[in-house]
Amino acid sequence: MNEKREMIRVEKLNKSFGDLHVLKDIDLEVKESDVVVLIGASGSGKSTLLRCLNFLEIKDNGTVILEGEKIEKETHNLNKVREKVGMVFQHFNLFPHKTVLGNVIEAPTQVKGVEKKKAIEEGKSLLDKVGLSDKYDVYPSKLSGGQKQRVAIARALAMKPDVMLFDEPTSALDPELVGEVLLTMKELAKEGMTMVVVTHEMGFAKEVADWVVYMHDGKIVEYGHPSEMFENPKEERTKAFLNSVL
Amino acid sequence: MGKILHFFDVFINSIDIFVEGLWITLKLSVVSLLIAIVIGLFFAILKISNIKVLKWIADAYIWLVRGTPLVVQIFILFYGLTDILLIPMFWAGVAGLAFHSGAYIAEIIRGAIQSIDKGQAEAARSLGMTKGLSMRRIILPQAFRRAVPALGNQFIIGIKDSSLVSFIGMQELFGVASTMGSNTFDFLPYYITVAVYYLLIVLVLTFAVNKLEKRLAASD
Repeated sequence: MNEKREMIRVEKLNKSFGDLHVLKDIDLEVKESDVVVLIGASGSGKSTLLRCLNFLEIKDNGTVILEGEKIEKETHNLNKVREKVGMVFQHFNLFPHKTVLGNVIEAPTQVKGVEKKKAIEEGKSLLDKVGLSDKYDVYPSKLSGGQKQRVAIARALAMKPDVMLFDEPTSALDPELVGEVLLTMKELAKEGMTMVVVTHEMGFAKEVADWVVYMHDGKIVEYGHPSEMFENPKEERTKAFLNSVL
Repeated sequence: MGKILHFFDVFINSIDIFVEGLWITLKLSVVSLLIAIVIGLFFAILKISNIKVLKWIADAYIWLVRGTPLVVQIFILFYGLTDILLIPMFWAGVAGLAFHSGAYIAEIIRGAIQSIDKGQAEAARSLGMTKGLSMRRIILPQAFRRAVPALGNQFIIGIKDSSLVSFIGMQELFGVASTMGSNTFDFLPYYITVAVYYLLIVLVLTFAVNKLEKRLAASD
């Protein structure tokens, strides 16, 4: 069997905010093209874990290995590391003073030094891909939540990341707008993007995830393929959680 | 009735000399406020930095400015700069006003920066931007927009405060009014005249700031 390349490996990761121990000895492995979905109640640490993967939060101890390289803030330029790890936020965080296209080309031109003409070309094709070819010159305030999130996805993709992190990307959306964002994410998964997704959308987890990780109280309680996890969870806690959300 | 006619007489006959004063007031205000923005931005960034010493420096500056009257600051800087450093009077006046407004503008900009949602910096950092780049490209442009009303207000205060440099002998608007008043012993009409000039400047500036606010709001 063709062994897939390892993209992310987390070993014995711990993180506290003051007295609050948010992540406790987390081990996680994500292989190339895998879609890993993190589920769990609010406060279980899934968002913090995600943020440790692109170093928006710095772990207290443990190891984060990206594409075979152990990343430490003392030895690595974290800005360079973040270029490889795209992130999509719950509240979109689009730059309101820039147009849709401006949002997408900002990082390629400013961080990577991509020529503006080329960045515009690539930016437009990304926006076409997420179905926003008629919104290049519009400001984010004129978009619906679903459109905003699709711009945010295009903006992250513009840096050509190896991994995409999604932090509850549909939680701030009106119900009727969730579908269009999930569809964009599904297409991305189909193209082979490595994705780690924190979400409450169990349908998405069932359909798209290669692995589902259930977190509770800062620990990974159970880890498995969606069919096993949803049909036949082993842990009592997982059963209770799934019963409450399904 | 005669008094009112007399005021119009004074107003019209003194237009030439007041326009000279007006020109100096405008130069003083514009130059000092531009410098004050640079000073303000600098100290605002010191104040939000994680390095304690830099914060203290900013705090000390703001404390000095807030803790002493502007007229005292102008005199100290005037005698310090013109006697010791032999700097021309105009620039001593500019220095006094910029030093003063800078502290208030620093607080305005700091507040505006801190009012920008943390998600903006996070999004910028997640795209690989350095702290500096994220500040320059993402945070500051938004902060300045948000600060426009408060900055406009500070500019109005700055223009009116510029009248205090008449005490170091500058013949800007208020200096002209005082001189004319003393020369003729006809104080009241000249002070009313100068009030009209200030009102007109503030009227124009208020209009411009409102326009700018509307334009910026349109792109939001």
